[in-house]
Amino acid sequence: MNPFPAAGASRIAAPRFMVPTGMSRRHFASHLAGAAALAGPATAFTNTLLANASDLRKRHKAAILLWMGGGPSTMDIWDLKPGAATGGPFRPISTSADGVQISEYMPLMAKQMHHMSIVRSMSTREADHMRGRYYMHTGYVPNPNVEHPSYGAVIAHELAAQVPDLEVPPFVSVGSGSVGPGFLGMTWAPFVVDTNGNVRNLDMGIDPARMTQRLEMLATIEKGFIGEKRGGAAEDHAKVLDKTVKILKSQQMDAFKVMQEPKEVQDRYGATGFGRGCLMARRLVEIGVPFVEVDLGGWDNHADIFPTLKDRKLPELDQAMSALIADLADRGLLDDTAVIWMGEFSRTPNINGNAGRDHWARSWSVVVGGAGFKRGVVVGETSSDGKEVTSEPYASQDVMASVLKSLGISLETTFTAKNGRPMKIANAGKVIKELFV
Amino acid sequence: MVRSMHWTPPGDRPAGGCCPVRYLAPRHASRVLAGWFLIFGGMGLSSGMARVSAADPHHGITQVRFINEQVAAGWADANLQPAAPATEEEWCRRVHLDLIGRIPSVAELDAYLAGSSETRRVDLVNHLLGEEMVDEYARNWTDIWTTVLIGRDTENERVNRSGMRQWLRRVLAKNIPYDAFVTELVTATGVNKSGQKGFNGATNFLSGKLDENGVQATAKTAQVFLGMQVQCTQCHNHPFNKGKQNQFWEFNAFFRQSRALRRFDGTRDIQAMELVDEDFAGEGSGGKADEAELFYELRNGQVKVAFPVFVDGTAISKSGYLPGALEDGTAYGVNRRGELAKLIVTSPLMPKALVNRIWGHFFGFGFTRPIDDLGEHNPPSHPELLDGLADRFREQSLDVKELMRWIVLSRPYGLSSRTTKGNAKDDPFVGEQPRFSHFYLRQMRPEELYQSLLTATEADRVGGDGDGPAERGEAAARRKDEWLSQFIIAFGTDEGDEATTFNGSIPQVLMMFNGDLVKAATAVGKGGFLDRVARSNDKNAGKIDMLYRAALARRPTAREVKVANQMMTARKGDAAAALQDIWWAVLNSNEFIINH
Repeated sequence: MNPFPAAGASRIAAPRFMVPTGMSRRHFASHLAGAAALAGPATAFTNTLLANASDLRKRHKAAILLWMGGGPSTMDIWDLKPGAATGGPFRPISTSADGVQISEYMPLMAKQMHHMSIVRSMSTREADHMRGRYYMHTGYVPNPNVEHPSYGAVIAHELAAQVPDLEVPPFVSVGSGSVGPGFLGMTWAPFVVDTNGNVRNLDMGIDPARMTQRLEMLATIEKGFIGEKRGGAAEDHAKVLDKTVKILKSQQMDAFKVMQEPKEVQDRYGATGFGRGCLMARRLVEIGVPFVEVDLGGWDNHADIFPTLKDRKLPELDQAMSALIADLADRGLLDDTAVIWMGEFSRTPNINGNAGRDHWARSWSVVVGGAGFKRGVVVGETSSDGKEVTSEPYASQDVMASVLKSLGISLETTFTAKNGRPMKIANAGKVIKELFV
Repeated sequence: MVRSMHWTPPGDRPAGGCCPVRYLAPRHASRVLAGWFLIFGGMGLSSGMARVSAADPHHGITQVRFINEQVAAGWADANLQPAAPATEEEWCRRVHLDLIGRIPSVAELDAYLAGSSETRRVDLVNHLLGEEMVDEYARNWTDIWTTVLIGRDTENERVNRSGMRQWLRRVLAKNIPYDAFVTELVTATGVNKSGQKGFNGATNFLSGKLDENGVQATAKTAQVFLGMQVQCTQCHNHPFNKGKQNQFWEFNAFFRQSRALRRFDGTRDIQAMELVDEDFAGEGSGGKADEAELFYELRNGQVKVAFPVFVDGTAISKSGYLPGALEDGTAYGVNRRGELAKLIVTSPLMPKALVNRIWGHFFGFGFTRPIDDLGEHNPPSHPELLDGLADRFREQSLDVKELMRWIVLSRPYGLSSRTTKGNAKDDPFVGEQPRFSHFYLRQMRPEELYQSLLTATEADRVGGDGDGPAERGEAAARRKDEWLSQFIIAFGTDEGDEATTFNGSIPQVLMMFNGDLVKAATAVGKGGFLDRVARSNDKNAGKIDMLYRAALARRPTAREVKVANQMMTARKGDAAAALQDIWWAVLNSNEFIINH
């Protein structure tokens, strides 16, 4: 029984609102043998599961954003200034990329830099956390007229068609909320999970057939309320119900269970939240999720920055990020997966009275690699004290345009915002040409 | 953040925004009337006096008339036809949610519908704002103010949420005037944790915001009480508005006598914070407290000096000494936070900021987006209404309940959320300026959902601890905190930026599908709501009816009855189980969780 018959010419499209067809995840394994007995949709569902994961992997592109909440000091990580008054105590070391040097406290990443490229000529204007967070996630400065979609929403929106059998939400955010889908709508909102991969409240706790009947009843109310034309929120709710039902019955949700990974793999990523998040990102990309964001906060180092970086932040980052890149490369995933490392801004070259660095957006670095990016190069440079970009400056929208290009997404794509205004993808940013061969 | 709130400023709107000649008249008239009300507004009828015919859309209250006329003028300007009035049931549900933070029970709904159609709206508002419901009112607005003042983060050990709530419950129950409310928060000294000597819960507003020279205290005080966003100007002149870096530090100077001291309990854990005022010797090497300066750095590295100056340019004494007297009786010194509170409560920005916040609460959108950014760079949608309400609020002794009364009794608040051709384009969710020509849908706040589930299901009846009312209030609040914590996301910044996944996304739906709270709500435990419905002598139709009215404040449609009956059949005569299923579906619906 379809609780949502076709909507006809109604302005409001009827949500599909799929009803689970007789299987809870918990019961699935035990009933696998009897799956053939199930009705049509269930068979389709089973076929999905039987699809070969390696076929999926070859077909789809994906991106992983390593988000450094708080604004990391890039001149202590990717663009060192030894000897300058602003330089701080850290020394540069050589890496696997010819002529590329990074911080001595990133020794594992130093062995992976032939897979990655550094853009040292970022110059932006947003040095407030929430504004910078929005700007770096969307390519747009906050604007009172419109809410823009973030990286995850844009990339999921553009790439989801490559993975029609994906049941997990196409935009997953691990450990943080990312930035929302803006005018693309709640369908493209981030699915937020903690770094342990626990998805709360997944267990239905009742017989699946009974759940099906409950959902039919629910669909009746849902549809009635939408039909009363009270506004988009009513329909948004139904759409999210639809996605939730998909999740409830999906075995793909196992991708979140990082603890299923062999111990030595877990150890390589590190027993940290960020380490588990990076490992989860790899598992999610493997099953076809087009966009995963992994959050590492704690970079807002207004005080005592150097011991904090040396003893806590950099070791956690170095281990997890290097393990992720090596793992993606080993599994043949890196050529289809863009990896982006960035925060909302960087920190002042001047060291303040509390031995910390404050917010700074004028001259800083981001790191990209994988997918269609040229690897092992450095783009741009800053002055000897780190305070100025001395080459062509790049901004958020330029990074975004470059990431989209690396994934084969057309930069001619134009969205229509809710107010009817056309919006060019990535705010019409210019591709950073040195990142492409 | 459910939806960020943005609209097109007037100068940037497509053609059609121009005012056709035929609409000049009502607009002009409203201006003339507005002038009259400025004179007579202070004589507005207070609560109990309003007993008028329902034919009077203003309920005999001049301030309600002012709102109605101002908003209607906006409809005319934008060529909008307002929606039909909401049904009595919808209005009853809405006003319960917005005033006391939960839906009405079936008994409350019935009592409302049984009242005289001429007076029941005023009567219900008087009831909800009156003595009988004061605990519930205080609980709801304690939730709201707690989030505004200290966020939803339960991990910060420098803030004691219980202490904050106890203070809020007390002053909100007393409905102290808003200037007293602001003054107590801005000037608070004492210990932030209940049960400690010198306890003052109001200290929690600032106890976690004084690190790094009180930068957070500066930003938050300006934002919450004056509707000014100054955080960007900490480091530079504001690129988009008139905010200058010196203003930030001059405002910051008011907090430089204040310190938040950590009190330990013998371990490394903080037991409580104590907020104190001390003489401030200034940051210069000379330490001359008579002229206690602070230093800040421009982007070019130049260092500047600042003394306390309010946002309107009013300077106070430069002295860093607290008030005292010499042996000869000469008074010296100044309490900087005390002076700041005086300047805030006499500033015209304070009532405007509060009116905008309260309006935004009841309508889903304020006159500006965000509601706490009132600068010249961000013109309000209804400037005359905002200014006029702020004036009337001040004239009414800054009585917040009175302001709420005017708003909920107004015509725009009572409109249906069902849109028509004549007003569908009034859609702030797509970036249009709100015109309030129909009620805008909004999801319940998580606290509202929690409380509404308790009301609809009486799930809290089981296992009540029987403590006194205040104790139970706090114990209940802690349980609610625990439940809420599953939705909180921190952004890892020093400013404690946070968001929630209670935003209509998948985790929220999963919680409603399978979470403990809904499990408890749909349990057929003895004495619970569902149990009573199941055991009642009503026929099945009557039982289904009861569930719909409890959750949705309406009766089921014919189609819904049909599907519900199929459920009864599917459960093979186990009526309790079928009711459980129906109840689950009703509670999970968009109609339940969306305030409409």
